[in-house]
Amino acid sequence: MLRSDAFRDPVIVEKLKEKIWAASTRSIKIMEFCGTHTHAVHRFGIRGLLPTTIEMFSGPGCPVCVTDTADIDYAVALSRIPDVIVTTFGDLLKVPGSRESLLLSRASGARVEMVYSPLDALKFASDNPSYRVVFLGIGFETTAPAVAASIVEAERSGLGNYSVFSMHKLTPPAMRAILDFHEIALDAILCPGHVSVVTGWKAWRFLPDYHHIAAAVAGFEPVDILRGITEIVRQCEEDKPRIANAYPRSVTREGNGAAQEMMERVFETGHASWRGLGKIPMSGLKIRDGYGLHDATRLFDVEVPESSSPEGCHCGEVIRGVLAPNGCPLFRSVCTPAHPVGPCMVSTEGSCAAYYLYG
Amino acid sequence: MHMCLAVPALITKIDGTMAEATLSGNETSVNVLFTPGVKVGDYVIMHAGYAIGIMSSSEAQETFDLLDEMTGEDAEE
Repeated sequence: MLRSDAFRDPVIVEKLKEKIWAASTRSIKIMEFCGTHTHAVHRFGIRGLLPTTIEMFSGPGCPVCVTDTADIDYAVALSRIPDVIVTTFGDLLKVPGSRESLLLSRASGARVEMVYSPLDALKFASDNPSYRVVFLGIGFETTAPAVAASIVEAERSGLGNYSVFSMHKLTPPAMRAILDFHEIALDAILCPGHVSVVTGWKAWRFLPDYHHIAAAVAGFEPVDILRGITEIVRQCEEDKPRIANAYPRSVTREGNGAAQEMMERVFETGHASWRGLGKIPMSGLKIRDGYGLHDATRLFDVEVPESSSPEGCHCGEVIRGVLAPNGCPLFRSVCTPAHPVGPCMVSTEGSCAAYYLYG
Repeated sequence: MHMCLAVPALITKIDGTMAEATLSGNETSVNVLFTPGVKVGDYVIMHAGYAIGIMSSSEAQETFDLLDEMTGEDAEE
């Protein structure tokens, strides 16, 4: 029952589709917050299954896409320090900075290593005692606990040459910011499933309670997404917004307490700059003083010239959902996954990459 | 990798905070620090080398029961 193919059953998909078509009478705008949802929506052709009353918008839930150019520039500058090894998730490698990407920095001699887990980065640190190993911490609540745990482990095992450049961000403040911009009159949010595994669905209660917006937490298989949309349509038709948990096999009300405690132990909240959204208070995770010896921003005093975004890039508008990727003049002509201009075309979760791959 | 993509992995062996798991037919190791109650035979949601949650087979079953009810017909697994 937990096999993903059960949640791709075409018979159930068809039934859910019929249910949505039968129930939907009023026009609604739904934003899928999460980039992995955006990809699933395109990959499984979800939009093509929906009636014209339902319009879907892609949200800012792609950690690579929302990373500020200044942070990329700082990471590139770190990689230029002779005794530093930068370790990173692969998605970040090709993101253009103001002057170059980490990949270009590596091509000109910097040590930049791709890892799948911060545990791999820890291993780099213990295997290379004469180097200082920096892990680039990006990701939302899904990823931050694992990175926090790596810092605690480095502290415990005396790995003084391991540090993290934390660019971690929290999702609810970004969702609030999008709603406060009032650029799109959204009726509902499809809330991120794997963020909610950690935070619990209670993290999204402000959507119906304060914004009077329908909401459903959903998983990433077609049945999960359609179930979430079914719940949203029901709430909108009845004009009774609430938060529905359409991913109950993975998400609980309270979330993962052990993961939350680990985040709390290592990080404190502070301002963060988001590409497209600007500076959002209390939306970033900074390393606490107690773990300062593993905080790259305190260890490395590097000069980074003022940052600039790539010319003509509309990633900011794409991140806010106000511009569809194919509305960007660079899309598919100048900007492609092989030669990305902006991060939304780089990341496997970026909206532009989804539009490029699936049309 | 997809930053927020997490995949179900079947736990086959547990040794302290490290466990072995089957992931799409491949063996992998997974840190189970955040899932203290995990047992061999559980499916966990794996992300960046860590299990971030245990999947509930009873909830999965209930989802299908609910969908059956909703659609008024038996849905095949």
